[in-house]
Amino acid sequence: MSVGAWEAFWLIVRRELRISFRRPAELLQPLMFFLIVTTLFPLGLNLQLALLRDMAPGVLWVAALLSSLLSLDALFKSDADDGTLEQLALCGQPLSVIVTAKTFAHWLVTGVALVLVAPLVAMALNIPGFAFATMMLSLGMGTLTLSWLGAIGAGLTVGLRRGNVLLSLIVLPLAIPLLIFGAAATDRAIAQIDATGALYFLAALCVLTCTLAPFAAGAALRITLE
Amino acid sequence: MWTWFYKLASPPHVYALAGTLAPWFLGLAALTIGYGVIDGLAFAPPDYQQGDAFRIIYVHAPAAWMSTFVYTIMAVAGAIALIWRIKMGHIVAAACAPIGTSFTVLALVTGSLWGKPMWGTYWAWDPRLTSELILLFLYFGTMSLRGGFEDAAQGDRAAALLAVVGVVNVPIIHYSVVWWNSLHQGATVAKLGKPAMDPSMLWPLLSNLLGFMLFFGAVLCIRLRGEILNRERQATWVRRVVSL
Repeated sequence: MSVGAWEAFWLIVRRELRISFRRPAELLQPLMFFLIVTTLFPLGLNLQLALLRDMAPGVLWVAALLSSLLSLDALFKSDADDGTLEQLALCGQPLSVIVTAKTFAHWLVTGVALVLVAPLVAMALNIPGFAFATMMLSLGMGTLTLSWLGAIGAGLTVGLRRGNVLLSLIVLPLAIPLLIFGAAATDRAIAQIDATGALYFLAALCVLTCTLAPFAAGAALRITLE
Repeated sequence: MWTWFYKLASPPHVYALAGTLAPWFLGLAALTIGYGVIDGLAFAPPDYQQGDAFRIIYVHAPAAWMSTFVYTIMAVAGAIALIWRIKMGHIVAAACAPIGTSFTVLALVTGSLWGKPMWGTYWAWDPRLTSELILLFLYFGTMSLRGGFEDAAQGDRAAALLAVVGVVNVPIIHYSVVWWNSLHQGATVAKLGKPAMDPSMLWPLLSNLLGFMLFFGAVLCIRLRGEILNRERQATWVRRVVSL
């Protein structure tokens, strides 16, 4: 039976989502990490609210990057361990489609969840409510871009026994522009300045990775599977 | 006619070629850098704004330029190796990485030494500085990825792919002073036809730039020989060469 690329995409997405929801503990871990890291900052800053407000966008974005990175390590790991990845690679669909499906599913369970939790954290960090929309939009695009960058890194390091440190070394430098524009957008929204420029930059990065990263990540997986 | 080109894919040939080229590169590099340093440090007139402190440009600008140039060579070599499966490409990329890292570190260190008298700080989170720092991390990433795999061939391919992905950073570094309102000064040399620099200041700089490239060529040749010997140590021609 031959399956079209689009159908294969949704089949894999559904499979990934089902697996994720069967392991709720793993699903919640990055979110818990995000909450805990952002809670540590106010305590470390001795509850100076003004300082906290200035630092909030940076804290939020760094925490989001780190928690997303935490879950990226597992993106291909379990499938590579039990041989599913090889079966998927042999199933006749282009690897880029398979990678796209897996990355999209990963973003749905980590990125979108993170965006939904963000207002709670933002309130704790003293970010005013009118900045929430810009913050959530920028985080949404940012986490999708990050999932893509991470897919390249995870594809390259999946064959390694201790790949997660290397994964951070590969992904974080590439994620720096993301951090700059993401934090700038949130910062500007808090200061009630027009944040469109930074949001456009984020959107450009997002489009760039969504279109080019599938091929890079597919090539990365092929190297590891060889 | 094309045989010389095909021969570049053969390690024994490149080993011999690099051996002959290295002393030439080294000698010419000594000449050009020697002229550039002496003329630049002793005879070029001081800058009307920056005084004598501007002279660090004779080390800083060529080093910064080389950091992206070497990265581009590394990425192109990696792409060639990935696409046509030529192992010489991986050897060149592996030899380039440490040299490029050194140039990047040199550019960052001289840049921050220059920043102290001019901007009043060693480091500013400025687009050009930050993107140069990202470049340094990318070099580290490719090197540790290459070493991270048990299967050396797999590590080579993974590092090559990362180098190709990281190429997006090169235009960002180059245009960062144009795109963003940066603390870093704009381009002074790369304006074709009419550089923003007086010839008496420009010649030593260009000479140093050429010298740095020749020096890179020399070090690349030496590293290539080491890299080839290490990788081909099972081959009979290596035994013959080494036992001489």
